[in-house]
Amino acid sequence: MVSTITDTPPVVAPPAAGTRVARPRRRRFVRYLLRFVAVAYVAALVAMPVVVVAWRVVDQGWSVFWDAITAPDAIHAYQVTAQVVGFAVVINAIFGVGMAILLARYRFPGRSFLNVLIDVPISISPIIVGLALVLAFGWTTGWLGSALQSAGIQVIFSMPGMVLATTFVSLPLVLREVLPVLEEEGIEQEQAARSLGANAVQRLRRITLPTIRWALAYGVVLTLARSLGEFGAVRVVSGDVTGQTQTLTLVVDQRAEQFEPGAYQLSVLLIAMSAICIVAISLIRPREER
Amino acid sequence: MSAPSIGAASTERARLGAWSGAGLGLGVLWLSVLVLLPLAAVVAKGIGPGFWDAITSPAALAAIRLTVASALIVAAVNAVLGTLVAWVLVRDSFWGKRVVEAVIDIPFALPTIVAGLVLLALYGQHSAIGIDWFATRRGVLVALLFVTLPFVVRAVEPVLLALDPEAEEAATSLGAGPFTAFRRIVLPAIAPAIASGAALAFGRAMGEYGSVLLISGGLPKASVASQYVFGQIEDDRYAQAAAVSTVLLLISVAVLAVLGEVQRRAARRG
Repeated sequence: MVSTITDTPPVVAPPAAGTRVARPRRRRFVRYLLRFVAVAYVAALVAMPVVVVAWRVVDQGWSVFWDAITAPDAIHAYQVTAQVVGFAVVINAIFGVGMAILLARYRFPGRSFLNVLIDVPISISPIIVGLALVLAFGWTTGWLGSALQSAGIQVIFSMPGMVLATTFVSLPLVLREVLPVLEEEGIEQEQAARSLGANAVQRLRRITLPTIRWALAYGVVLTLARSLGEFGAVRVVSGDVTGQTQTLTLVVDQRAEQFEPGAYQLSVLLIAMSAICIVAISLIRPREER
Repeated sequence: MSAPSIGAASTERARLGAWSGAGLGLGVLWLSVLVLLPLAAVVAKGIGPGFWDAITSPAALAAIRLTVASALIVAAVNAVLGTLVAWVLVRDSFWGKRVVEAVIDIPFALPTIVAGLVLLALYGQHSAIGIDWFATRRGVLVALLFVTLPFVVRAVEPVLLALDPEAEEAATSLGAGPFTAFRRIVLPAIAPAIASGAALAFGRAMGEYGSVLLISGGLPKASVASQYVFGQIEDDRYAQAAAVSTVLLLISVAVLAVLGEVQRRAARRG
């Protein structure tokens, strides 16, 4: 039905006059249909729900919004979230750049295995991540629990556990942006600098960092967005104690589940942060691809 | 492992020195403490004498079944609609296309709990459009489709962009219709991208928690495996939690293996 000779585009070989009118019209219909389905799907799934929430927040007014985002549990959650996200981003940036340099420039046994292993954390359910950390570091539940307890270090139900959980779920994001750039760049420049007597710090500052800066920036923004939004893993390891170990996403969950006011308002705040991340990504991406 | 010649040395990877060796040691140690040791603890705790009973208890089985079935549906829907969206974004041009392009990124950037809340506003009890899928499997499916939307779209888009239009033009000039040209020329080229995007969506859907939580209402009939595991952790039943987690981990590993194979084949084909 579709593969008849009448489907030949008129540009190449003009067919009989009668079919010429019918065919582009049908093709245009298919094009509009596809366009409609694509836009409707994305709108119904993503755009409309976000707009509805934003509209409800606007509808409830500025003072409700202000009260919701300045409530004591929210303020405390900002501080906790900032700490957790800050640590996770810094740790993953250092780990990602360091590991990318090792993977790109050196050969060692187990290199390709390591390359695969680094991707594992991102494909694991956040709840399993939380469980894994509890079974490793929990005082009564973990393999290292009794050692940590006698040393007086509390990981689970406190800040270190939340940082570990957040670092875990966003582990490969910096590395996966930096590694391809380093591999494409090769090691000639680096080796030239080395043979001219530049030390490791100079080579890192003058050669490596300028090469990877946009990839690093991109990876950091991705890590930031992922860390800000982490919920499941942090919920398991934090104990979810109001005013103590709650990040922003945990407060949103509590307000939504307990029907406390302000869940939508805090959500809009998080949506705004995500939007900033998306804008940053869209600005960085073209520079990175260059 | 022959020693590289002088000429080739500049492009070959170097041997580890003292500093790079120490750095690698540190990195591997960090990876072991953060990832390997905890995951090993889950598997060790899960594979015990009670493993079989834990994963075949009615509630566990129902959760695993719902999760796998939902993830399969999500992968299939994404393979079709994700490809369609990618096609429209690459080949069509219309007013507002850049907005659609930006909206595709929202699910990646949005916190999952916010995604769940936002979906509740449109598909929950107080729905703005009168659709109440609260505590239903359909609601769970919508949440999973939301968080997995970008995978196939973003995998297929660059391949479609890089596709040489000449082969398609040749096919149509030889009498193939647009559908035949798509099926015979375009589809084989983008199939690996669709497969890897769909596999990523499947893996994500298997482990999803935050976005599903609110719309499922925590009711057993609409609870996914992650919610079941969380419930077990809250009740201090770590062995049961670990057993079901081990099953999920195995499925994740299998998905990663399939994904690797798909990418290897695609790379071999060039």
